[in-house]
Amino acid sequence: MLKVSLRNTNKMLPEISLNILDIANNSISAGADLVIIEVRIYKEKDQLTVKITDNGRGMTDEQISKVGDPFFTTRNTRDVGLGIPFLKQAAEITGGSIVIESIPYKSTIINASFGLSHIDRMPLGDICSTIYALIMANQSIDFLYIYECEGKEYQLDTRNLRQILGDVQFDRPEVAEFIRSFLKENQEEVDGGN
Amino acid sequence: MKSLEELKAIRETMQAQMGLRKEDSNQTRIVVGMATCGIASGARPVLVALSDIIQEKGLTNVMVTQTGCIGLCQYEPIVEIVEPGKDKVTYVNMTPEKALEVVDQHIVRGQIVSKYTISEMIG
Repeated sequence: MLKVSLRNTNKMLPEISLNILDIANNSISAGADLVIIEVRIYKEKDQLTVKITDNGRGMTDEQISKVGDPFFTTRNTRDVGLGIPFLKQAAEITGGSIVIESIPYKSTIINASFGLSHIDRMPLGDICSTIYALIMANQSIDFLYIYECEGKEYQLDTRNLRQILGDVQFDRPEVAEFIRSFLKENQEEVDGGN
Repeated sequence: MKSLEELKAIRETMQAQMGLRKEDSNQTRIVVGMATCGIASGARPVLVALSDIIQEKGLTNVMVTQTGCIGLCQYEPIVEIVEPGKDKVTYVNMTPEKALEVVDQHIVRGQIVSKYTISEMIG
């Protein structure tokens, strides 16, 4: 049994990017073959938003209404489902919120907003590693990652990579290195000057 | 801004290379637990380290993949090694350093690193 107090969210998943990894893994478990991850930073509105969209089996309204409850889970390997309660709490302590909408097998969307300058907002953390790990460990699933900061943005769409690569796998060293540096360099450029 | 043009060039230089890996039953799979419990215990750096070392060593018949919670949360990060025709080996309380040791000993040399296995841990 995982022993945890929800007051200690920051200690369990201390970066927003680890929460994103966790939520994206829910999408994968739900059978999605496309997961869209959007991270947007708006200094003017003092807001950081995270939106995760997938085409997995989704949730019923009843499931959505219970999703903030850590003792509710559809799995049977363990008693509690902590992923979404962690994200919810992390957002709410910064004056933000989460909203979930689901049309099964079409789109399930989790939208989280954080108060950007709030003292309790956990850092975004190593988002590039999160996206890299997702792509490398799930090569049959497509990911679209969009990162925006102050009106500048970039994206990485594995469907475009596949189109170029044909039958060359993502975990070939040259390709993996490209993906890693594509994420890192473009992230830095979008962040640059902000 | 870095563009996908560079990837096209990579693709072209690789086109000549033969023996591109295909997913088949002869492949060894390294499976990392990536549910909330795994991630909270440090599974992300373990997965990235494994993925890097497999590429670095050119182990083209090995694939790193992920799974959800297998109900042993207190032993996360958990790494399972599934080799064709052999029993699955489960390594527990992994770190990037231990994971590299497992690749060196188990995958490359074929020797199970008993001290990190679940059976050793539970006793």
